[in-house]
Amino acid sequence: MHVTKGLTKNGRGQGARVSEPAWVRYLLLAVALGFLALFLLLPLAAVFVQALDKGWQAYLEALKEPDTLSAIRLTLVTAVICVPLNLFFGIVAAWAIAKFSFPGKSFLITLIDLPFSVSPVVSGLIYVLIFGLQGWLGPWLQAHDIKIIFAVPGIVLATIFVTFPFIARELIPLMESQGREEEEAALTLGASGLQTFFRVTFPNIKWGILYGVILCNARAMGEFGAVSVVSGHVRGSTNTIPLQVEILYNEYSYAAAFAVASLLALLALVTLAVKTVAEWKIHQSIPVAEREG
Amino acid sequence: MSIDIEAVSKNFGAFAALSDVNLQVPSGELVALLGPSGSGKTTLLRIIAGLESPDSGKILFNGEEATQRQVQERQVGFVFQHYALFRHMTVFDNIAFGLTVKPKKSRPCKQEIRDKVFTLLKLIQLEQLADRYPGQLSGGQRQRVALARALAVEPQVLLLDEPFGALDAKVRLELRRWLRRLHDEIHVTSVFVTHDQEEALEVADRIVVMNQGRIEQQGTPSEVYDRPATPFVFDFLGNVNLFQGRVHEGTAQIGGLRMASPEHASACDAPAVGYVRSHDIGIERQRGAAGSLEAEVRYLLSVGPLVRVDLALSDGAGSIEVNLPREEADRLKLSVGERVFARPRKVRVFVDDYQI
Repeated sequence: MHVTKGLTKNGRGQGARVSEPAWVRYLLLAVALGFLALFLLLPLAAVFVQALDKGWQAYLEALKEPDTLSAIRLTLVTAVICVPLNLFFGIVAAWAIAKFSFPGKSFLITLIDLPFSVSPVVSGLIYVLIFGLQGWLGPWLQAHDIKIIFAVPGIVLATIFVTFPFIARELIPLMESQGREEEEAALTLGASGLQTFFRVTFPNIKWGILYGVILCNARAMGEFGAVSVVSGHVRGSTNTIPLQVEILYNEYSYAAAFAVASLLALLALVTLAVKTVAEWKIHQSIPVAEREG
Repeated sequence: MSIDIEAVSKNFGAFAALSDVNLQVPSGELVALLGPSGSGKTTLLRIIAGLESPDSGKILFNGEEATQRQVQERQVGFVFQHYALFRHMTVFDNIAFGLTVKPKKSRPCKQEIRDKVFTLLKLIQLEQLADRYPGQLSGGQRQRVALARALAVEPQVLLLDEPFGALDAKVRLELRRWLRRLHDEIHVTSVFVTHDQEEALEVADRIVVMNQGRIEQQGTPSEVYDRPATPFVFDFLGNVNLFQGRVHEGTAQIGGLRMASPEHASACDAPAVGYVRSHDIGIERQRGAAGSLEAEVRYLLSVGPLVRVDLALSDGAGSIEVNLPREEADRLKLSVGERVFARPRKVRVFVDDYQI
């Protein structure tokens, strides 16, 4: 840690010598902050202003509306299913990729990234193509009375697909930078595989896991495109929060739409705060030597 | 505990890290595996530890087959080049780790663990740092903690992978002497890997020189240094000058010098190379009675107690490097461009097509 401090001290020392004139620095800072305010803070503030336009009473009323409550419930259920599954998958995949070498490793990494590079709408359509009435498995599913598309399972599947990379992507570079030596040391000291994971590996990656979980959760709750395709927009049944916002907005109930949207905005703010803490902790958990190099 | 390595081979893809290696480490000895990077020494160490498994061959501990034993069952202490301390644990918890992961039946009680850890902290002279985290220690302190952590489980074998490689020169020197003293106290069979010949010569009871996945030579430090078995060993242990020549029926004609070479009595006009350590060459102002080579001083550099002199041989056979003691150099008052005579004192002739 003292190394980092030393660096900033050096940085400052050099900064004093090679820096731009003060007015240039302030101008740049003002431009950057102005841009940030215009494009990020203003819309965020607008969401809350609009949501509270008709007062707290109306705000709470809008949230208590049965269809909205149902949307909130469905969103929570989706997140509660998706995040643990992706957490498990993410840790397993990151472990395999970071700590072992095997044929097809780079292919696996590419596969994990796939949901990032595919438009969410396409992701949704893939599921319709597989499970929809006209799809490959459609007739079979119908014969057995299993509903996936236009029902909760479809929403969960689409969300899992879209949020698939978040945790794995976060953990792979972290675990790679930490190397295998600590685990090997634990093994030579007689620790079992599970002891090694819970006492050595997990403490080293817990902030990375938190970071990944929070991002995965934010996306799982906020996903629109893929979910929109597979949901069928059945009110009170297959609408998630983002879909509900869209419906309310299209019906010109702005205050209600923004009230529901403010939930997502709040989620974003919490995510941001946790993310900042986690990032700082992750930085601490990477060896000093790595950071120097 | 003694270690026997029998016909061990290991490949990584097309790269042969170890080919048919046989080695015995007697109980209680401190053995150095010495070689350049890629020579297979670390792979061999990891195979002994069980962190890597051999493609073929056997590992025996105390004469018992241990090839299939899990790392956890081998009772080895492993010290890594980059310490591999658990960064989220204090020094105390790091050293106690091996004791706390033992199954309930054999796990010592809290007080016993505490006593043990403090005994070890005393041994590594870091008692006052028990509550620090690894990130707050210097490299030398970290490596001592790593050693204490490995010793806490009372291993049958101590394996050290370039233990001083990441430390600066002075700390390295201190720590390796400390390791030697420690070994004299506790006598645990130890194998350490190094690419630093000085370190191996100073610390080890026995040196195993490795190259390209094979053992080139093994013996006591003085055997390996004074009687190198192969040109590679000669070259790897210390600075060396090469003189091309030929050898015929026990007489070598090397770089314009004639000398007896009885070990090559059967050679018949074979190409040969004479190896001379850079401190085994004297420099003189006058041509000696026999066996000196005319040369020109190209470069002079004082390195601590030695002066390095680069000479260009007048017969155009290249240049040689000579290390003179400071007093000797002062007496000669050499300067660049002067003509001098170089006299090799000890030449070792190899009939070999080996090239550096």
